[in-house]
Amino acid sequence: MRWLWLALGAVALLYPWLVAGTGSAAFLQDMGALVLLAAIGASAWNIVGGYAGQISVGHAMFFGAGAYLPLLVFQQWQLPPLLGVPLGIAVSLVLALVVGAPTFRLQGHYFSMATIAVAELIRIVVSYSDLLGAAIGLQGPAMSVHWWDLTFRSAVPYYYIFLGVLVLLLLVTWHMQVSRLGYYLRAIRAGERAARSLGVPVRRYKLYALMLSATFTSLAGSLYALKTGFIDPDSGLGILVSVQLIITAALGGAGTLLGPLLGAVILVPLQTATNTWFGGSGSGLTYIIYGAIIVLIARFEPGGLLELWHRLAPRFNRRPEDSRAA
Amino acid sequence: MIFLQVIANGLLIGAVYALFSSGLTLIWGMMNFINFAHGEFVMLGMYAALLVALWAGGGPAVFGAAAALVLFVLGVLIYLALIKQVMRGPMLAQILSTFGLALLLRYAAVWVFSPNFVTLPPTALAGTVNLGGILLSVAQLVSGFVAGALTLGMHLLLTRTAIGSQLLAVAEDRHAAMLMGIRPDRMQALAWGLSAASAGIAGALMAISFSFSPEVGGTFAITAFVVVTLGGFGSVPGALLAGLMVGLIQSLSAYYLGPIYKDVIVYALFVALLWLRPQGLLGTA
Repeated sequence: MRWLWLALGAVALLYPWLVAGTGSAAFLQDMGALVLLAAIGASAWNIVGGYAGQISVGHAMFFGAGAYLPLLVFQQWQLPPLLGVPLGIAVSLVLALVVGAPTFRLQGHYFSMATIAVAELIRIVVSYSDLLGAAIGLQGPAMSVHWWDLTFRSAVPYYYIFLGVLVLLLLVTWHMQVSRLGYYLRAIRAGERAARSLGVPVRRYKLYALMLSATFTSLAGSLYALKTGFIDPDSGLGILVSVQLIITAALGGAGTLLGPLLGAVILVPLQTATNTWFGGSGSGLTYIIYGAIIVLIARFEPGGLLELWHRLAPRFNRRPEDSRAA
Repeated sequence: MIFLQVIANGLLIGAVYALFSSGLTLIWGMMNFINFAHGEFVMLGMYAALLVALWAGGGPAVFGAAAALVLFVLGVLIYLALIKQVMRGPMLAQILSTFGLALLLRYAAVWVFSPNFVTLPPTALAGTVNLGGILLSVAQLVSGFVAGALTLGMHLLLTRTAIGSQLLAVAEDRHAAMLMGIRPDRMQALAWGLSAASAGIAGALMAISFSFSPEVGGTFAITAFVVVTLGGFGSVPGALLAGLMVGLIQSLSAYYLGPIYKDVIVYALFVALLWLRPQGLLGTA
């Protein structure tokens, strides 16, 4: 198991060089960065959606806050985009309180409905706000003046920044898993009333999970905006942003450490492929496939692919022993 | 006079909101289940009306009934193939099932019908009437009153008929209902059929007066959430009152603040409601 981890770590570290020799190095490096970014966003959603079992369908509001503020401080006040990153997190935390504080007193459905309504509300307001670029959106630095503009032409620097953030997020999640917060969240997911009767401060801990999740989702949004250098209401705040976070986590396995990574490794190349094969109409097809995948996960395998693997793997491994016994 | 006209328009569209929201509240009240694809049911009702009007001809009565029938069947099928199973699963499965369904239906409709806005061919309900200075389109007048009547009909069906009693019995206590010889699965499938049919017919009614595209469903879903929250979960009379209120608020804010505010105000109302009175105006805690 340790060797598997070391090998995975080595591949992740060396990936940009491993693909450098191929004919489409830039394309593959860019896709690598996108996989890492998808993994960051999905892992962030996973904290509240997977571990705490509170299904947010409006995480785009946190992603959008993180994406808009760096470009806002740059475009409106000519400040380094990096300054907007903590501002985005601050806005996300306020939003998390606004949505979470009232709905976490109630059952899970309220939270889901409130997240989608608030996210749509923010998207509409932003798309009419001149300060935020209205429907056109905001742009980042066209070319790098200082290194802290974080504007690079190659995808490789972004790859390593994303990798660093992902490793940090995984460490935080892993630490959470084995700490009081993680145990409380799992108790809440398994049964809120039972958890409360055992003395778990349910409402407060759900809020903690949402705030931690919002922080990293906002960070994912900031990284996206810094890499793309452009944000508009649909790409930052649209419902499809939330969909992307949810499906990536749920496909791999919601509530597991590595599920969101697995989801990202599968979905990002899939999306790139459908877009390449089907051209402009591909994005529509992508979302039909995404919808079908989400329905199938919900219907047949709510634990995602990791759980499917855990169920099927022993069967394959047992085969040699069976033959020996026979 | 313009004030009265704004109010009349708001109430007429509000009655249609009440109709599709009563479908959402039926499922919610009965099964404690939230259908994120309800707005897509409304959208499919619009396209069902369009296809029937184009291919079979026929007026609003024909395509309205057709939309209701198509959506009824779809609702029953979705219950049998998907909801029945995810009901027993974790919260993740319950919420993602209809959320994924919404996505699937919306983008399948984009694929089939293209993302462009379309309108129905002109119907017999063209033209306007002048009610003492208030100008109202015949289509909106008819659809408002039909929607109001159907919502009341839904209420009477639930409270005054044997079928309604059986539905409510399952909602009250599934096991006790089974002991009384009621089959819960059959009743819940019926509830899903009725819920989707109410959305479908509401979609057909709105399609007479408004242009639409595959992506209108998202707005209707959130509107229905607001109406259901405002009216109290599971209450059809509550949905009727709340639907009229939401229509009125939308109409007034669109007129006095500008059209872009009509959804903003309603969504903000929803957030305020969650903070102040999550059990709804008519609901009990």
